[in-house]
Amino acid sequence: MTGLDVVFVLVGLLTAAGAVLTVTSKNLVHAALALAVTLAGIAGVFLVLHADFLALVQLVVYVGAVAVLFLFGLMLTRAPIGREALDSQNRGLALAVSGGLFVVLSTLIVLAFGDVRVDAMTGPGIDVIGIAIFAVWVLPFELLSMLLLAALIGAIVLARREDGESGEEAEVTRIEVGDPPINESDGPPAEVAGDGQAELPAGSGGGGQA
Amino acid sequence: MLSEFLPVLLLFGLATAFAVGSIAVSSLVGPRVPNPTKLAAYESGNEPLADVKNTRFSVKFYMVAMLFLIFDIEAVFVYPWAVVFRELGWFGLGQMVAFIGVLGVAFIYEIGRGGLEWD
Repeated sequence: MTGLDVVFVLVGLLTAAGAVLTVTSKNLVHAALALAVTLAGIAGVFLVLHADFLALVQLVVYVGAVAVLFLFGLMLTRAPIGREALDSQNRGLALAVSGGLFVVLSTLIVLAFGDVRVDAMTGPGIDVIGIAIFAVWVLPFELLSMLLLAALIGAIVLARREDGESGEEAEVTRIEVGDPPINESDGPPAEVAGDGQAELPAGSGGGGQA
Repeated sequence: MLSEFLPVLLLFGLATAFAVGSIAVSSLVGPRVPNPTKLAAYESGNEPLADVKNTRFSVKFYMVAMLFLIFDIEAVFVYPWAVVFRELGWFGLGQMVAFIGVLGVAFIYEIGRGGLEWD
C-alpha cells in the first residue's frame, strides 16, 4: 500500500463516517455538521484523485455555502432543532432508493474508470479548465449567470414582503418562549393568540446582537 | 503531486490539535464554579430574552446567505478565468464583464428592493 492509498482510505473512512452520522444523528444541527464533514471529505477524495480545482470548488461552494444554507434552512423554518423524534416512516423505501442508487453509481464508476490507476492519473491543470470554460463552453457559462440571476431574484421575491401584503409582518422574529422573558423596555411579552409565542424585534432571538 | 499539499495537511493537523488541546486542557485544569448566571445562554451580555431552542431566525439571514452563495460561485469562476486571462484577451474580458454584469443586475435589484436593509 502506498502513501496515496493510505490517505485515500483515511479520507474515504472520514467521508463514510460523516455520511452515516448525517442520516443517523437525532439532532438536526449535528446532522448538518456531519454533512459538512462528508462534503469536506469528498473534497479530500478529489484531492487524492489529483483534481485540485474540483477540491477547491467543493470546499468553497459545498462546505462554505451549501452547508451554511442548510443550517439557515433549519433555523429559518419550524424544523425542530435539538433532540426530537425525526425518524421518517419511509425507512424501507429510503433503503431501497439509496441502495439502488449505490449499486447503479458504483457499477457506472467501475465500468468507466475501473482500469485507471490512481497513481498514474494527472488531473487537468487549472489553465486547461479555464480554456475549456472560456473558449469552448462560452454559452453555457453565460447561461449560468442567467441561472444565478434567476436564483437570486427568486430568493428576494420569496424573502421580501411587499407593502400591504397580508399576513405576518416580515420584520418580526417569532420565537417560542420557555421562561417569561426578562425585558424591561418592552414590558410583558405579547402573547400571540393560541400558539403561545411572543413577538420580539428582529434579531433579539437570533443572536443578531452579536 | 499530493505531497504538495503536505503543508495543508500539517496546518490541518495543527488546527485540530490546537482545538482538541484547548478543550482538553481547559476541562482538566479549569476551575468549575457554576452558578445560574454562568449557565444561562450567552446573549452578548444581556439577560437572555427567551429559550434558544426552537428559535426561528429572521428570514433576512437567508438573503445574506443567498447573496453569499451567488458571489461564492462567481468567485469560483473568476479563479480559472484569471489564470488564462492573457491567452483569452479581450474576448475573455468581455465574457467576464457580461457574467458579472448579469449578476450585478441581481445585486442592483436586491438593493432596490431593500433586500440589504435590516428593517
